Amino acid sequence: MHSGARIGFFLLLTPLVLWLALLIVIPHIDMFLVSMRERVGVRQYETSFANYLTFFTEPLYIRTFVRTAVMSVLATIITLLIAFPVSLYIAKIVRGRLQQVLFVLCLIPFYVSELVRTFGWMILLRETGLVSNLLQWTGLADQPVEMLYNDAAIMIGLVYTSMLFMVVPLVTTLESLDDSVIEAGYDLGGNGFSVLREIIIPHAAPGIVSGSIVVFMLSLGNYLTPTMLGGKDSLWFTEMIYNQFIVRFNWELGAAFGFMLLILSSVIVWSMLKLTRQSLEETMA
Amino acid sequence: MIPTIPQPRALRFFYGTYVALFFLYLALPLAVVAVFAFNDSQFPSLPWEGFTWNWFFGDSRPMIGVFYERPIIRAVGTSAFVALFVGLLSVAVGTSNAFLFNRFSFRGKGVLYVLMLLPLVIPGIVLGISILVFSSTVANGMWDIANMDIQALRPGLVLVILGQFSFIATIATLVISARLQKFDRSLEEAALNLGASRLTAVRTITIPFLMPAMIGALVVAFLMSFENFNTTLMLVGSDAPLTIAMFDRLKEGSTPLLNAVSLLLMLGSSLLALALILFQRRG
Repeated sequence: MHSGARIGFFLLLTPLVLWLALLIVIPHIDMFLVSMRERVGVRQYETSFANYLTFFTEPLYIRTFVRTAVMSVLATIITLLIAFPVSLYIAKIVRGRLQQVLFVLCLIPFYVSELVRTFGWMILLRETGLVSNLLQWTGLADQPVEMLYNDAAIMIGLVYTSMLFMVVPLVTTLESLDDSVIEAGYDLGGNGFSVLREIIIPHAAPGIVSGSIVVFMLSLGNYLTPTMLGGKDSLWFTEMIYNQFIVRFNWELGAAFGFMLLILSSVIVWSMLKLTRQSLEETMA
Repeated sequence: MIPTIPQPRALRFFYGTYVALFFLYLALPLAVVAVFAFNDSQFPSLPWEGFTWNWFFGDSRPMIGVFYERPIIRAVGTSAFVALFVGLLSVAVGTSNAFLFNRFSFRGKGVLYVLMLLPLVIPGIVLGISILVFSSTVANGMWDIANMDIQALRPGLVLVILGQFSFIATIATLVISARLQKFDRSLEEAALNLGASRLTAVRTITIPFLMPAMIGALVVAFLMSFENFNTTLMLVGSDAPLTIAMFDRLKEGSTPLLNAVSLLLMLGSSLLALALILFQRRG
């Protein structure tokens, strides 16, 4: 590199390094250090695993942690099952203008704040809501039904909120599948099911993986949906982090919780990439 | 499964119905939010009490409309301010990153690239608390060493902007990089042959080529910042952006005022999104 290019290189490198160091790497290291502190007196701390020990010995914390993980996996699977046929329809069955319109229709709801979407579900599902009224009107229920504040409501909200992040990668990968390959599958004696299993799904695998990773991440880290749609005993792990930080002002334990959430999401994302032999670079591009 | 392969009619019918139901599911929550903005009642729920514009233009209790509700208007202003800052900052850093990754090969490039992608797979709330913890460590350190109290490092708009920027910058980088990869470098070389300096060549040839992606990244960053909740929640001080202000109200109980705000938000963001789609089709 001659000197001009060298200056240019460092000028371009500086913002990247500042951003990653000051906002991503160092804050996470600092969060880890705080999580390793134990308060022994006023502004006196010792290094210990006490916060992690608290996390692993208190049943409520562990239960919430596992519950959040399991429900996020479940939300990812449901989102995939609902989104796949729709994506296939948009990518392979409709053509031309209608295809573009349907695709944009999928995008529009997600330019709207998550708060508004959640609010919509509250109006639909609450005791005085539309669904309850509809059930009474059709005679399926003889009194108002409360459908809010339970795990099913959380699930509906999570799946709704994540839908776009599944549909877009699926449509993109499915569109790249050549029709003639599907036709060849039928010519060689395949039926709808075997073509789906042996041609379409393997081709869509990268889209399935990147969609699932993003949906899982978003569900795991969601705060609004579980708080607004969930009930008293359907606690989400992010709510516990928020409570430790803002309500209880116990930053040490909160930082430990945050770190556990980070580890959980990293492990699951990493193992999904490994299982399907993909790299983060390919998946995010 | 594709039009050239004949399928039984019943199957096609079921498939079509399924897709129609899916779009109904997508539209339903947004539709009810919009409709109940016009309900002449204190609650955004049935029964329907008649049509009113009061939740937009009402100026007296109990129906104060959006345009007369000071705290909401102020929150919109705060959100727009934050979003504009985050957008401009993200596009500037994103463009710089795109050039770095596209034009230079250096040791550690792969590692830096993966690091650059990481903010997308870190939960927003963890990003928020890590920045909160670090900034207060720095602020406390400054206080201990120099007796300086740096307000910017306490929860507030500066931290909100930095927190949102920390992951939106990744998206801006990806959007702008994608366009820069399609750039034909011989155009730049032609400019150099014609006597332009390298900086002039980039400014007059490459940047105009990147402009659609930069504007696209700006709009996406603006929208993402405007509707961000998780990271903002952990870093917010006394000036609440709109999503936080609405969340606080929603916890206390909802009135159709929130529906009216939501409807305006929907209109605003879909207009912006639609303008972006049209702009990119033309560009």
